[in-house]
Amino acid sequence: MPSALVFFTELSAAPSKGQRELLTLVSGFENPAVAVANQVSDEAQQVLASYGVVKLFTASGDAPVFGQHEISVLDAAVQATAAELVLLANDNFSRELGARLAVRRNGAIITDVIGISGDLVATKDELAGSYSVQARATNGTLFATLKPNSIVDAPAASNTALAVEELALENSNDAKVRIAAAEAKVASDRPALTEARVVVAGGRGVNGDFGPVEDLADALGAAVGASRAATDAGWISHDAQIGQTGATVAPQLYISAGISGAIQQKAGMQTSKFIIAINKDVDAPVFEIADLGIVGDLAKVLPQAAEEIRRRKA
Amino acid sequence: MSEESTTPLKIVVLVKHVPDVQFDRHIDSGTLRLDRAESVLSELDEYAVEAAVSIVEANGGFAAGHEVIAATMGGKGSGNSVKKALQMGASSGLHLNDDALAGSDTIATSKALAALVEHAGNVDLVITGMSSTDAETSVVPAQLAERLGFAQLTHALAVEFDAAQRELAIKRDHLDRTLTLKANLPAVLSVTDQANEPRYPNFKAIMAAKKKTVTELDLAAIGLDAAAVGALGSNTEVIAAEARPAREAGTVINDSGQAGIALVDFLAEQKLI
Repeated sequence: MPSALVFFTELSAAPSKGQRELLTLVSGFENPAVAVANQVSDEAQQVLASYGVVKLFTASGDAPVFGQHEISVLDAAVQATAAELVLLANDNFSRELGARLAVRRNGAIITDVIGISGDLVATKDELAGSYSVQARATNGTLFATLKPNSIVDAPAASNTALAVEELALENSNDAKVRIAAAEAKVASDRPALTEARVVVAGGRGVNGDFGPVEDLADALGAAVGASRAATDAGWISHDAQIGQTGATVAPQLYISAGISGAIQQKAGMQTSKFIIAINKDVDAPVFEIADLGIVGDLAKVLPQAAEEIRRRKA
Repeated sequence: MSEESTTPLKIVVLVKHVPDVQFDRHIDSGTLRLDRAESVLSELDEYAVEAAVSIVEANGGFAAGHEVIAATMGGKGSGNSVKKALQMGASSGLHLNDDALAGSDTIATSKALAALVEHAGNVDLVITGMSSTDAETSVVPAQLAERLGFAQLTHALAVEFDAAQRELAIKRDHLDRTLTLKANLPAVLSVTDQANEPRYPNFKAIMAAKKKTVTELDLAAIGLDAAAVGALGSNTEVIAAEARPAREAGTVINDSGQAGIALVDFLAEQKLI
């Protein structure tokens, strides 16, 4: 079995779903190791041990230089472990780190991976989920970014002893990109869109009011998504956009409300396990791919469903 | 800001010819490569062209000596994406046209594009879209920054250019924050579809584009071996590609007042609640 390393920008004692999936995946390889570009608390270290991780590399740094510390940590950990497989999260920042280091070390980069076999064959979706492709590295270390909701989270049967090593980083004077300001985004209690088990999304048909969409999402503990028409209209933040130019989601359940299902929207959600669509227009293309289609007014159907879910849960 | 004193900028905008996302797209079962027959300029690259032309217009215009070179790589058809960029206002075109490029992964693609930018000479700024709409890896801009030694300003939600300082500032989402990042030229900039509103070329612009020069080069002209790109120059290979079975339509019901309940019944049946 090849050896593997996972990289995280930061890791708390309550890792995200995507991070847990990465830990589950790495634990199936030889000498599972983790590198984190920040302090890792004792509690977070216990989480790593519970997944069978044997080695943790850390180095904290807080220079106001974008990405430089993280790539130094990743590079040092890759050199220290000589891992054949390096796993990263699928967000833009992580995939860029992996891609840059693949160039620097003449390795391979595969993004949007949904699984990796023991002989390092990666599976991913192509062309917005219309193809399933298998690919592998032909040279050097394989850097792979894992799409959330791809792997069943499964901690190890027993804890391992975790060895911790503080990485000694060389000083670099390559400060090209300065962080001039940082503004916190509005925090949400809802799950992250790309990681959520359930997504409720609204489109043009919500007519400016995301209330019913948000209410059903909260009844289901779901994330809220939107079509480009809805984000372009300013009804909801661009962060909620699903589709070709927004997030790609693959939840257990996707509820589409007031979205016609144009091809760019389908691109972002058609690998969901179950799709339920509510639309006034019986000819909406979304009904062609929905497991359950409801021709009706979302302003009536969604609140009724939310109320019924709360009633049954009570 | 004194426009007269602005040093002319040499900007390369990278454009890609991709299969139209409005239609069904296919991977050839023999070559395992994308069928590129019905291709257009990648929609997301229009934002890159707009960003380049806007920077020029805000700093004295093309009369001040600025250049916007629309560059692409690939077979013959790829030149169409350059034409569209010229209609949108790019000043000239550069087409790395060589059959050996087919099958390049991001490692080989970034190698070829970096060589093309270096061949163009003294480039201040490389601008790209946030992602291609075919492979959707969105990592080539970062790889170009790595190869060229340029600052990496990617996934820009907004862009500002300070000509006096030759400094770019962008906004970018990162973790739970929106960052303002600043870097001096030379830089690689990738822009999201939030960064601007691409212009629609009018008749005059379309006619003017016909007079602009497009230079075609092969790999030898930019000093690359055929083995440095394509499958041989790539560090990954696709070993299988299978079309996923199309999703089938399930039950469609008309709401007669109880559809919300039916929705919850469906969730219960499928053990989703």
